[in-house]
Amino acid sequence: MSLELVWQYLISPAFFHGAVTTLLITLYSLVFGVGVGVVIALLQDSQTRAGRTLALIYLWLFRGTPVLFQIIFIYNVLPTFGIRLSAMVSAVLALSLNEGAYMAEIIRSGMQAVKKGQRTAALALGMKPFAVLRHVVIPQATRMILPPIGNQMVGMLKLSALVSVVAVEELMLVANQTASSNFRYFEALTAAGIYYLVLTTIFMGVQALIERKLDPKKRRKGPRISLTERMLGTSRGAAVR
Amino acid sequence: MQKNLSGNGKPLLELIGIDKSYGPFKVLKNCSLNVRTGETVVIIGPSGSGKSTLLRCVNQLEPADGGDLFFEGRRVDYDKRNVHLLRRDIGMVFQNFELFSHLSVVENIMLAPMKVLGMSRADAHDIAVELLGKVRIPEKADAYPDEISGGQQQRVAIARSLAMKPKVMLYDEPTSALDPEMIREVVDVMAELSSEGMTSLVVTHEMGFARRAADRIVFMESGEIIENASNSDFFGGAVNPRTRHFLDQILH
Repeated sequence: MSLELVWQYLISPAFFHGAVTTLLITLYSLVFGVGVGVVIALLQDSQTRAGRTLALIYLWLFRGTPVLFQIIFIYNVLPTFGIRLSAMVSAVLALSLNEGAYMAEIIRSGMQAVKKGQRTAALALGMKPFAVLRHVVIPQATRMILPPIGNQMVGMLKLSALVSVVAVEELMLVANQTASSNFRYFEALTAAGIYYLVLTTIFMGVQALIERKLDPKKRRKGPRISLTERMLGTSRGAAVR
Repeated sequence: MQKNLSGNGKPLLELIGIDKSYGPFKVLKNCSLNVRTGETVVIIGPSGSGKSTLLRCVNQLEPADGGDLFFEGRRVDYDKRNVHLLRRDIGMVFQNFELFSHLSVVENIMLAPMKVLGMSRADAHDIAVELLGKVRIPEKADAYPDEISGGQQQRVAIARSLAMKPKVMLYDEPTSALDPEMIREVVDVMAELSSEGMTSLVVTHEMGFARRAADRIVFMESGEIIENASNSDFFGGAVNPRTRHFLDQILH
């Protein structure tokens, strides 16, 4: 057991790039995941039965199978249909599609949580439906879904480790490969663990900052979520996988 | 209270033969009502009588199923692409205030003039401040709705509607959700607007307000208009027996 080696790994380019890749995968998946989530959320409330059925099938597929399965499936099975994607793109695609299924539910519940009376009052002032959405519903819904989305974000950072199975050069793969080359598992995995902790802690800090910015007088509608609760994922909005 | 209601002949608002159903249940049956410019009409009646629904037919939040609506002499049919234009001229105040919780008091008042009328932020702010003075809470401009009392919230709601310079104000049980000691401050604002000539249609149980500020009082029951009397007739005792029965129940 060598803490010196842990430090070596921490400052090594390989581990650093692995961490950056992990971060990038997470951010891309978050952005696309929200996009997919919005689309599915809108589909769920669509006027056509086709739209609603499509949404339900999507949710059933992506919440009913393991994320690891989805990653491996997209990477290995799509080529048989002629779609050849790089490991990185497959990984982001799989994570985004999976995340979208959970985001859809979060977004929907946020929109529904905005009281109907707020919409009515806005309409009574002469606002068109889109303006009501833009100036009243979305601002309020956004504030409500930020805690669960923050949780999702932290969860995604951890899920990114799964894409190591399709050989994306992210943190987990780097740590594993380094360890199997010289059997120094403790040092390699500790270094990776430290990176993960640093990243998740930064994410939680950013989330807390954004929440406070949007809620300047800290007028919380719900109980304050302590750092411990955020880390353990026991607060409201934590997704069940 | 001396108001000149002769106006220019045609009423500001005419509801003719309004019908409304929710499924098999007929909520409004052939309701007809005229409101002249500058007039304050109070609508009373038991719950379920359709008073709020009738009010919502005026700004088409609940479009009528049958009958006609005339506003400023022109017929208004429900057209969901243009209904927002009608609503710019009609202000509405709700029982639960419905202030926008994510905005401060002054931002609540500024929102519609800016986003609907395209007013500049500076102009909207001036109007907001002036209206806050009118409803007597200028010091609460930067407070958020959940930091002020119910009576203050409702007064902000009134100011928010006034910012659009409406031609008629609709009040849907504006004091029903207020603690008794706060009713006065809201009723005072409403009565003042009334005496300044704001055409008002008020659904309420506040008979004190009706006596003070109403030009006419309308009694509704089971979706029908039973009584439509002038203030003096109504409080002079010349009322329909069904009206009398209702009044006996609420005045104790």
